[in-house]
Amino acid sequence: MTLSRRTLIQAAGAAMVASPFASHAQSGQSVVIIGGGFGGATAARYLKRFNPALKVTLIEPNADFIMCPMSNRVIHGGMALRDITRPYDRFVTKHDLRWIRSSADEIDPEKREVRAGKDKVPYDRLIVAPGVDYNYDGIAGMGSAQAQALIPHAWKAGEQTQRLKELLYTMPQGGVIAMHIPKVPYRCPPGPYERASLIAYYLQARNPKAKLLVFDSNPEIQAKKGLFEAVWKNKYAGLLEYVPNAEVEGVDAATRTIDLKVQGKQKVDVLNLIPPQRAGAVARRAGLANVGDRWCGVDFLSYESTRHKGIHVLGDSIAGAPGMPKSGHMANQEAKVCAGAIAALSVGQPVPEMPIIANTCYSFISQSEVIHVAAVYRYDAEKKTMVAAPGAGGLSSAPSVTEGLFAMSWANNIMNDTLG
Amino acid sequence: MAKLILVAFALSVSAPLVAAQPAKASPADFQTALWASSCMACHGPEGRAEGTAMSIGGRPAEELSGLMLEFKAGKRPATIMHQHAKGYSDDELKRIAQYFSQLK
Repeated sequence: MTLSRRTLIQAAGAAMVASPFASHAQSGQSVVIIGGGFGGATAARYLKRFNPALKVTLIEPNADFIMCPMSNRVIHGGMALRDITRPYDRFVTKHDLRWIRSSADEIDPEKREVRAGKDKVPYDRLIVAPGVDYNYDGIAGMGSAQAQALIPHAWKAGEQTQRLKELLYTMPQGGVIAMHIPKVPYRCPPGPYERASLIAYYLQARNPKAKLLVFDSNPEIQAKKGLFEAVWKNKYAGLLEYVPNAEVEGVDAATRTIDLKVQGKQKVDVLNLIPPQRAGAVARRAGLANVGDRWCGVDFLSYESTRHKGIHVLGDSIAGAPGMPKSGHMANQEAKVCAGAIAALSVGQPVPEMPIIANTCYSFISQSEVIHVAAVYRYDAEKKTMVAAPGAGGLSSAPSVTEGLFAMSWANNIMNDTLG
Repeated sequence: MAKLILVAFALSVSAPLVAAQPAKASPADFQTALWASSCMACHGPEGRAEGTAMSIGGRPAEELSGLMLEFKAGKRPATIMHQHAKGYSDDELKRIAQYFSQLK
């Protein structure tokens, strides 16, 4: 279909919807969503649930969603990529979404229009959920595509995940594998430590004389600290060495040598470097990253940008409230609050004023054992932010197979809730 | 007869709540629907869970609120639900339980 025809049909649709209730039109019958991850796809699903009359367009270039949670299990061989992959086609059909299979290139907040490839997509309200971009600026030797291909981050699930798995599986016996963790905030605070545990689990059985070096830019483990420390001491002593305050200066990708500011150079057989992160490029280009020139400020009642009216930002790109992690679960939760606010406004109702959302985060520490952290966040009207509910939330007392079963159940259910 | 009217009234009240649409529900009921949607991340869409998590959609409200209040009071062993339950008031838990009980 040509653009002009599509626009015409859209305009006709908007007129039909708007005519009996003129007030409905002003607050946005056409919602465009950039990005079909946990934030964007959940928002699409719940917008249609809360107001089926809304016309929802999803801009997403990929045919399939591959989720990051559980991707550390793919690296050690506990799951396959196909287990964490869902196609978009059934989802968009089932929920009556318009799908533009393209990257969103540019947002024009004045014209209220997104340019995606050769399409120009007008919106009444826009949801921007592009996830994180990786920033190699401060790491000498990592600027080129060639270097980035040699040193995988595996911090977006897919090819990179498979690549790191292959490097781990083909590492010489008795070899050295190193991970590098950026300073917080980054996507999924416990993720690097889960990965370290699962690589150690793999080495224990398949390459027992090998060694894993965990270079952390942070002064200490950033999530589930006591639990990970106990696991590493009790299960993986001698296999895994944790090095805090290990900021990276540069990398020689060809020889897999990492240069650390304090600890000096280390040549290894496999290097997994997780780079520093920032809001997705399309959000930054539109000026939405107004917090430290890196993350997007939002109003936590609606996730509307503090920079541009009518544009909402979800997930890893936002400047979260203190203690709120960047995670798929949080993006799913934020998306429902955002969809609720947009749906309420679309029928002239007030934005719901008491958001309560929760975080549930499971980490595997072996093939079958799991630990969790949980929290409940409530809106504080005085501080205008989300605050962890006092007395709620907490950690596992110890790793367990029972929580392994709950973790797998969680993965299926959040996938159904996001893309079902 | 009075009982019948009561039932009819209850049905008429419950219908818009289940619809989870601000066009059909009161602001308070839509707020409850939004709280409940948070639970669906682990308990599945419409509260229909796959795997080990409890399928809470369509269970009796008294059962669900009873469980949550026991988790909150630490009277029922749990891996994680005691930590979630403590983030809500008793009234909020009852409203969420009522909502899930009406999902088919």
